[in-house]
Amino acid sequence: MAAPSEAIEQRELAAGGERQTFGDRVRVFVPRIPLHLVLVAVIVLWSVPTIALLISSFREPQLISSSGWWNALTPPWDFTWSNYDAVLNQRGMGRAFVNSLLITIPVTLLVLFVASMAAYAIAWMEFPARNVLFLVMVALLVVPLQMTLIPVLRLYSTLEVDVEVPIIGGKLFGTSSYAGIWLAHTAYGLPFAIFLLRNFFGSLPRDLFESAYLDGASDLRVFFSIVLPLSMPALAALAIFQFLWTWNDLLVALILLGDPELAPMTLRITSLVSSFGSSYQLLTAAAFVSMAVPLLIFFALQRYFVQGILAGAVKG
Amino acid sequence: MAGVTFENVTKKFGELYVVRDLSMEIPDKEFLVLVGPSGCGKSTTLRMLAGLDTITSGIIRIGDRIVNNLAAKDRDIAMVFQSYALYPHMSVYDNMAFGLTLRKMPESEIATRVQEAATLLGIEGLLKRKPRQLSGGQRQRVALGRAIVRNPDVFLLDEPLSNLDAKLRVQTRAEISKLHQRLGTTFIYVTHDQVEAMTMATRIAVLNLGVLQQLGTPQEVYERPVNTFVAGFIGSPATNFFPSVLKREGESIVADLGAFQLPVAPEHQKPLAPYIDKEIITGVRPEHIHDAEFQPPSTDVAVIRARADVTEMMGNESLVHLVAGDHSFLGRMDPRTQARPGSEMQAAIDIGSLMFFDLETELAIR
Repeated sequence: MAAPSEAIEQRELAAGGERQTFGDRVRVFVPRIPLHLVLVAVIVLWSVPTIALLISSFREPQLISSSGWWNALTPPWDFTWSNYDAVLNQRGMGRAFVNSLLITIPVTLLVLFVASMAAYAIAWMEFPARNVLFLVMVALLVVPLQMTLIPVLRLYSTLEVDVEVPIIGGKLFGTSSYAGIWLAHTAYGLPFAIFLLRNFFGSLPRDLFESAYLDGASDLRVFFSIVLPLSMPALAALAIFQFLWTWNDLLVALILLGDPELAPMTLRITSLVSSFGSSYQLLTAAAFVSMAVPLLIFFALQRYFVQGILAGAVKG
Repeated sequence: MAGVTFENVTKKFGELYVVRDLSMEIPDKEFLVLVGPSGCGKSTTLRMLAGLDTITSGIIRIGDRIVNNLAAKDRDIAMVFQSYALYPHMSVYDNMAFGLTLRKMPESEIATRVQEAATLLGIEGLLKRKPRQLSGGQRQRVALGRAIVRNPDVFLLDEPLSNLDAKLRVQTRAEISKLHQRLGTTFIYVTHDQVEAMTMATRIAVLNLGVLQQLGTPQEVYERPVNTFVAGFIGSPATNFFPSVLKREGESIVADLGAFQLPVAPEHQKPLAPYIDKEIITGVRPEHIHDAEFQPPSTDVAVIRARADVTEMMGNESLVHLVAGDHSFLGRMDPRTQARPGSEMQAAIDIGSLMFFDLETELAIR
């Protein structure tokens, strides 16, 4: 893809009514070659470890230990699906993958739902002590997650409801329950989410709201019809952050999910390490299975990701 | 269709008075312009009427209803914001239909109203576009259209022309005036631009520092300003003010401005009598200061000597900055004037248009 200034130059040439000759395009492109070369070099350097892992995951265990991964790029090409097969079907990774989804998706939706409403109220509704409430919530960002784990664990033990939940499994509430881990992850994710969204909502122009009030919209209507559609970049960015954070979480799952049946992929991979220390082929395959979903999400929402980084910094 | 009444309306932010004891009656179908410098309370007044700001004390009525505690959406008003406040993610049609959809109006009626308004404003072809695909002028029309479909009792407009370029402003001024005649609804319009006020209003309310200075037709406010503020605010370039002393000369009165003297026209003599030998302020509008060579016929003038300091050629007239003694003042002169920077000239001042103000109260002496 041409760098932005190239595109502008090309557009200017086209706009001048002249047809772009090949010579024009070469003239515009050639000075940029060094820059492109550097960019490609950086990308290659960055990707090498990941590509190496990817290639290794398709190789037999003996080959991995006997030769370097780059050897696989030359014939004979000995690729195999056996590692993935082992990981998904035989080590309980399939179930772990589903567990990861069962944990991450509800948490992401919950955080989006609760944080957006909270952020809207703090940004645009008048009620007593709203600034104090916001400050306290943001101050919670300072609290190290690790400090809360034991107290939460204790709390969950006390509130345990030992009723088996159909279909998804686990208890109704307490340790080893989905509800418990959903609640915990949501709580950990809310301070940042509310902070991000409140700043974004606050940057929406005031007279947009006033116009809507005059049109007869209630606060709820304004929230759904105006604030949410206009905040898609921030919401998408938040969804990505929250999804990644929850998907890759090990610590909370380790402490709060005792039952191995409910373990997400992160937990499962660590158990692979402990039982098969040097089974690189299984680890690499497991790593990629675990990476697949977040990568998919990221690529699907990536243009919002960039906008989301600027969310609140610059009014769209 | 309804008129609006303000009864002793006050707005305070903490201890700060933003609007102080405002009372005015605006009959139905009037085009009232609230004009004044920044911070004079005109936007706040509009917002209190709209229901976007609370009222500290006083009563606002629309028609016969007291609307103080009525929610904005129930007041039957429509507002055009300075920044247009169009919903960026909705099409023009949806923008205009939003308020009607919220009021659960049937689809067919919404479609009819939106079409009518769009045709009236010449934006029928834009209904499917989003605001970011429109020019400034087009966005403004959509904002107007959004207000028109509501069929309100009162239209509120908050500096709708300030985001347009000068040429478009002139064009749109005329269109808004025509719209007012066409719709026959009360328009309340806020601006800091006195030209907009003079050209569009049926009546002007001049505000300063939260206090209503004068409420009158453009002509009244121009010819008979109630104090120095109104005299200086209305009319461009601004009125020239001279500290002066009134002296009796035989049967008539003369204003002694130091460097020169101006006879007082017969019609002004009686009210000025109590101020003889006292200091007052004399006001002269630049358009009443002429080059003596080209003075308009059959006007009572006093000719004075002055030096031209700066001349600004406008094409249709020349603005000449004059100096006489310690006085610097501005005259709008015939474009054929020979005045050049540094040259001495004779200026003819129309004494029938002189304005006199009390020095302490700054009120007009009548």
